Amino acid sequence: MIDSALIEKINKILAEEFEVDVAIIKPEAPLMETLDLDSLDLVDMVVLIEHNFGFTVKAKDFVGIKSFEDFYQFINSRMNGA
Amino acid sequence: MNRVVITGMGIYSCIGQNLDEVKRSLMSGKCGIGVDPAREAIGFRSYLTGILPEPNLVPLLDRRKRISMSQEAGYAYMATVEALENAHIDNDFLASHDVGILYGNDSSALAVMEGVDLIREKKNTTLVGSGSVFQSMNSTVTMNLSVIFKLKGINITIAGACASGSHAIGMGFLMIQSGLQDCIICGGAQEVNPFSVSSFDGLNAFSMRNDSPSEASRPFDADRDGLVPSGGAASLILESYESAVKRGAPILAEVKSYGFSSNGEHISVPNVDGPKRSIQMAIQNSGLSLEQIQYVNAHATSTPIGDYNEAMAIAEVFGSHKPYVGSTKSMTGHEMWMAGASEVVYSVIMMQNSFIAPTINFKTPDEASAQLNISGKYVDYSFDTLLSNSFGFGGTNSTLIINKI
Repeated sequence: MIDSALIEKINKILAEEFEVDVAIIKPEAPLMETLDLDSLDLVDMVVLIEHNFGFTVKAKDFVGIKSFEDFYQFINSRMNGA
Repeated sequence: MNRVVITGMGIYSCIGQNLDEVKRSLMSGKCGIGVDPAREAIGFRSYLTGILPEPNLVPLLDRRKRISMSQEAGYAYMATVEALENAHIDNDFLASHDVGILYGNDSSALAVMEGVDLIREKKNTTLVGSGSVFQSMNSTVTMNLSVIFKLKGINITIAGACASGSHAIGMGFLMIQSGLQDCIICGGAQEVNPFSVSSFDGLNAFSMRNDSPSEASRPFDADRDGLVPSGGAASLILESYESAVKRGAPILAEVKSYGFSSNGEHISVPNVDGPKRSIQMAIQNSGLSLEQIQYVNAHATSTPIGDYNEAMAIAEVFGSHKPYVGSTKSMTGHEMWMAGASEVVYSVIMMQNSFIAPTINFKTPDEASAQLNISGKYVDYSFDTLLSNSFGFGGTNSTLIINKI
């Protein structure tokens, strides 16, 4: 179970960075399409994670992340040291 | 050979962020120079710079576009939007014609510095973000604007030191004249931040009049002590006469000719011969007589040797004919990579509105400038032909002749 405060924080960060209405972010919605991301934006996603959560990931770590729910799980597991 | 006309202009500078503001500043002799406290803190000798606001691009461009833009690309965007509007060029026209871009730019130091600092700090190249490389390259202006405006024609940055903007117009002129292109966005951009010009400061190139900013840039005056760095961007829409007439575009002026030369001598100290050959080439190619040149917008940056040698070159070329000579750098400071384009904009504004802008702070001529017809005050003067000089490090020289049509 992911803390709702973490989900809220992630949604807020993504909405601000990628300039979308936070209301369109739903757990089941597709991440790339909803945020209108391309391969360059994934580089900025790495920066965003490092800046906000303090750990460094690689763009290839995003392979397999389809929905926001996947993304929440990814951040949560990394925060818990996985 | 096609005739080449200017159908639109846009400007973002320290004396105004659009054509109307700039016209008022030119008429009143308003100076755009001030003191940057950051330069004092860094250890600059000179704290002087052109002062201009950073444009707010957030409501104008989406994140993906903004994130790739350097400071100077932002200035160039603002100037180009104004130029396209004035030229009555809309997205439909851009989508259906091979419009090009040739822009003068010769540094993007702030973006390079910020990117490298971040990589050193983080020891990770990804954490510099996706926009850094597109901000850092010299072609930052042309690569960004060509994507934003969906341009399909020529797409190159011209790096020719302080003559970059002038050479960009010259190259655009040649491409349209020869029939390779019908319409090109030409211009020049210059970043405004301490680190982009720190080495200039170290070379003692800057005025030390820190206590009197508005009196610091004094081209051709005997008491000049160096240039004042400045910047922004200027855009001009160059178009074949045929294309302009066909679409009923406003025709602001005609580009008659482009002259150029290289000094082939010292890397920083200008001479008389190189600029003279550039001016002579432009006049010869224009088919005009010396007497038809009524206004010379000099390169004159307020350095002792540069202004002296340019005054000698102008005096030797024009002989007994004494066109008005002025330097708008007295108000703007030296807009460097942008200057060759902005000074064409300033000069065309003067030609459109029948006046010569004052060369402010020109009070006492020296031996060379005493040979020229320079006014320290505003002059009501109707004229139809002007010549604009731009020179740069490495001895690159560019001269444009422009007239009313």
